[in-house]
Amino acid sequence: MTYGSNNIPPIELFIILVTPHPDQFIRFWCFSLTVAMSDELVLLSMWPSPFGLRVQIALAEKRVEYEYKEEDLFNKSSLLLTVNPVHKKVPVLIHNGKAICESLAIVEYIDEVWNDRSPLLPSDPCRRAEARFWADFVDKKAASKKVWRSKGEDQEEAKRELIEIFKVLEGELGDKPYFGGDNFGLVDIALVPFYSRFYTLDKFGNFSIEAECPVLVAWAKRCMKRESVFKSLPDSEKVYDFVLQVNKWFGIH
Amino acid sequence: MAGTTTSDVRLIGAWPSPFVMRARIALNIKSVYYEFLQEQLGSKSDLLLKSNPVHKKIPVLIHGDRPICESLVIVQYIDDVWASGPSILPSDPYDCAIARFWAAYIDEKWFPSLSGIARAQGEEAKKAAIEQVVEGLVLLEDAFVKCGKGRAFFGGDTIGYLDIALGCYLGWIRVTEKMNNMKLLDEAKTPNLVTWADKFCGDGSVKDVMPETDKLAEFAKVLMAKFRAPPPN
Repeated sequence: MTYGSNNIPPIELFIILVTPHPDQFIRFWCFSLTVAMSDELVLLSMWPSPFGLRVQIALAEKRVEYEYKEEDLFNKSSLLLTVNPVHKKVPVLIHNGKAICESLAIVEYIDEVWNDRSPLLPSDPCRRAEARFWADFVDKKAASKKVWRSKGEDQEEAKRELIEIFKVLEGELGDKPYFGGDNFGLVDIALVPFYSRFYTLDKFGNFSIEAECPVLVAWAKRCMKRESVFKSLPDSEKVYDFVLQVNKWFGIH
Repeated sequence: MAGTTTSDVRLIGAWPSPFVMRARIALNIKSVYYEFLQEQLGSKSDLLLKSNPVHKKIPVLIHGDRPICESLVIVQYIDDVWASGPSILPSDPYDCAIARFWAAYIDEKWFPSLSGIARAQGEEAKKAAIEQVVEGLVLLEDAFVKCGKGRAFFGGDTIGYLDIALGCYLGWIRVTEKMNNMKLLDEAKTPNLVTWADKFCGDGSVKDVMPETDKLAEFAKVLMAKFRAPPPN
């Protein structure tokens, strides 16, 4: 567990707080730290999960400290099964004992709680609606695994569908630096984790997403310059090896 | 209605659609006047295709000249814009996240299982499809107890986001019950949802937009006939 910039566990601060001390400043300082550090944040996720990555990026944008717990796809923890009994999936954010599931619901939660910095959604209602619409579009359309789970004509169709979806997204991006305009926001966070799958898609599909969708890849590379993104996204080749392993496990190819 | 002025708020939709109903309920909660532009079954107007080029689906809310698409996005937009009316989303971020979670569950998992009953071929498949829907409703019963905290609705004392997300399907739930001669919402397994359903349907913002079960059942027959008809030569 990381405790912000200090490493004093809250219990020791509490002891200092309750012990009579003539220096009121010291007591007040310990009280403030105890309150600040009593925010317990745990993220259950899996390193290749684009949905988990959304939450990691959002927390990093807000510069919020948290404990990360890695889940095993083939051996889910009893904690995960308890906090997300409906879907039994990552990510789950546990904030002071309360579990929040569904990546986009978690990202909006993070934006609402830490609302004093780096807004992830615009304040204008129409632009907020646009952001939610496109984040929903990414959820419905961009997460397909068909390209690496199919062969022959099925795979060709999956590739065509995916490129079509990416071109729609390129159309929406236009010449803006981010989907959020000048500000990196909800739609960028919803989509950029899938960039870690592009190498895998290229290898399996025997094509180049960058050649087909240069504007989208340029946007992804721009996002990768942000600390929240490059520190969160896994290595693309590592993702490819993982997909090979999962395919083998499921008896695909 | 007399007069030729374009309404500031227009809603493209159709009376049987639960997704359109969500927008209508939200507008009613906020007492917003809107012009309802009904699409015809089997064809899509130029306005719809222009306003929602990505999905080409209803509902679309047009506020001034800005189109807003996707029913739950529209509900949140209505809540954001007409902030002085009763709140639709919970103010507490955790309660809000829970409402969003269950709304996503309803649309992504539960509603497909409801449509699955009509698609099921044979008694065994139908029985399995019905069981799946009831299992989902039992989960939602539990969610109701936790979210509502003893009050009338998921949102508390007044209709909220999650009430709208689930309640819009009540017409279709009743049609499914009628056509299959069984109960999906029943006193034994989902007593709280049974009470909630009556209160929801009787609420001022809902009762004029919730279609009558018989009218919806007739429409369902027309829809099924249309999709089962052989293609024209």
